Amino acid sequence: MSHRILLAHGSGGKLAHDLVEKGFLPAFRNPLLAKLDDSAVFEFKGLLAFTTDSYVVNPIFFPGGDIGKLAVCGTVNDLAMVGAMPLYLSLSFIIEEGLLQSDLEKVVDSARKAADEAGVEIVTGDTKVVDRGSADKLFINTAGIGMIAEGVDISGWNAKPGDKVLLSGTIGDHGIAVLSQREGLAFSTELESDCAPLNRLVAEMLDASRQIHCLRDPTRGGLATSLNELARQSKVGIRIDEDQVPVREEVFAACEMLGFDPLYVANEGKLVAIAAAADAEQLLEVMQRNHYGRDAAVIGEVREEHPGRVVLKTKLGASRIVDMLVGDLLPRIC
Amino acid sequence: MRFIDEFRRSDLAQKLIARIKQKALSPARFMEFCGGHTVAIFKFGIRQLLPPTIDMLSGPGCPVCVTDNSDLDKAIALAQLPDVIAATFGDMLKVPGSHSSLQKAKAEGADVRIVYSTMDALQIARENPSQSVVFIGIGFETTAPTIAASVLQAGQEKLDNYYVLSLHKLTPPVIKALLDSGEVKLDGIVCPGHVSTIIGSSPWEFVARDYGIACAVSGFEPIDILLSIEMLVSQVEDKAPKVDIAYRRSVRPDGNRRALELMDTVFEPCPARWRGMGLLPDSGLRFRKEFERFDAELAFDIDPGPTYEPKGCICGHILRGVKTPMDCELFAKLCTPEHPVGPCMVSSEGSCSAYYLYGAAYEP
Repeated sequence: MSHRILLAHGSGGKLAHDLVEKGFLPAFRNPLLAKLDDSAVFEFKGLLAFTTDSYVVNPIFFPGGDIGKLAVCGTVNDLAMVGAMPLYLSLSFIIEEGLLQSDLEKVVDSARKAADEAGVEIVTGDTKVVDRGSADKLFINTAGIGMIAEGVDISGWNAKPGDKVLLSGTIGDHGIAVLSQREGLAFSTELESDCAPLNRLVAEMLDASRQIHCLRDPTRGGLATSLNELARQSKVGIRIDEDQVPVREEVFAACEMLGFDPLYVANEGKLVAIAAAADAEQLLEVMQRNHYGRDAAVIGEVREEHPGRVVLKTKLGASRIVDMLVGDLLPRIC
Repeated sequence: MRFIDEFRRSDLAQKLIARIKQKALSPARFMEFCGGHTVAIFKFGIRQLLPPTIDMLSGPGCPVCVTDNSDLDKAIALAQLPDVIAATFGDMLKVPGSHSSLQKAKAEGADVRIVYSTMDALQIARENPSQSVVFIGIGFETTAPTIAASVLQAGQEKLDNYYVLSLHKLTPPVIKALLDSGEVKLDGIVCPGHVSTIIGSSPWEFVARDYGIACAVSGFEPIDILLSIEMLVSQVEDKAPKVDIAYRRSVRPDGNRRALELMDTVFEPCPARWRGMGLLPDSGLRFRKEFERFDAELAFDIDPGPTYEPKGCICGHILRGVKTPMDCELFAKLCTPEHPVGPCMVSSEGSCSAYYLYGAAYEP
């Protein structure tokens, strides 16, 4: 018989204790967590980056990852996008009663693997179990802190006219991979989510150039939304070339079928960098040498004109505005 | 899916544009019927590439947009009934009716589900035998056959909890009404691609014959659209209006007979109310007598209350081609995709949405 999570697993009693002792501690083994005090305690010097995020992906397992890997990678990437070296993460599990224990174990295991790859430690956490129907299988809330090296100043406010816009690889892989598993929409594809920790890629980029002005991971809302955020924050115009934006054939095909624009489809292992033009070529080389940046491309540039707007040069050579994503992506009907 | 790239090739597009520029000597105004055309035209920036002699106008070919508020109200009232699951295409969710929207009804507890195909709606009916599943049937001749197929399938399976609110619309009658009104002067029409895949290109012959207006059926890729515009320009310059097909990989003069048969088995033409155009004869589809038990309007007792039109919204005028979104005082101010006042800002095929998203107001 398959074992399921019971309400008692979140009660703070014996079952809850067992879950921590047998489920979480061995997976995330590290001295800070093992002390099992109410807070993890550590020393810190220098500039600190602090972020939080919640993960509610449906389904919790998808091609190329699961909610555990996603939670760790997403948090690590948020830290990396301000140029921070991620150090410590918290993971809080909100579990719907009845979740298979084996599913929880799988999620914990992939969270651990992602943390190992990123070189971060999960030093504190929490578990709550709610009645069936009060949550959808499993939600994960995270927080993360990281250290910013001296001289690094990366922010959405820093883009300057003349800068180049670099993208680390193909867009839309995550969104389409997850969508392909949705109930009522399942279509078969070999596509996998791009879910990955990008902190090492960022570290290599920072080693190569201190002229990286902005970094952003285009998650929900896709590339279009990230570029719009950067254009608005920095009060600059951004012009990109549709021909230069890498899109996998499978993603392109699925988007055509569903009426989506890949520019708006979510990514979980990609970054956009805005950097001084002088360093762009060198950065591109560094990015392409890293596994997670192998398809990197220079996709456009920052301009003084049309501040706050993103303009796309279409395949036909015309130009048009690319706005932020509005609402959810909806399918076409005709 | 390599075949799509072929229809976006920049070199072919440049050739077509050069030919259009060479031919288009006299001023001409063309209407693209489909919202899908409007979106592609904006998405690829086609208007910028055309010579100044050519004026492109958006038409009424957006099923969500032309759905009258009174019909939207019916759909929302049905969704609000206890033990009813309303199944709908996603675009309908946010469209504001007189008092509410399906999205708001859903937030208030109505069971509204987005489906991608009528077969998904049937599946919901199978899985929920104690509830009634009402499919909100909007769309043109493109979607009507699939809905007819779902009805026949439900009949075969004896699924007695499946219903359809038939708000389907037929496209040739609305073009006729538009031309008869004389409100817009047109030289050519980019005829619908998906609709014509079903009904064929021959139903458009009356436009060329009786009104002397050029016609070209187009697909939805830039090369399709440019080719159809070139065909229209040639017809205008040669003063020889006819129906050309720029979408031969999908459209035949006679259409898809099997689909037409399905549609004809289940539905018959009836008067239908179009936003901005009122009641047009034989422009909708209702259930034939032997399929009436699937008709949600007959099966459920609903009172949607009085219908109100959104104040200041000119969607009706935009759908008739007499105004553009830029003429609307609400556009991009009070009416945005986040807070739509009219349906043309909601639907992914709506003119206002295309103008807004692709920055028609913006000169590069």
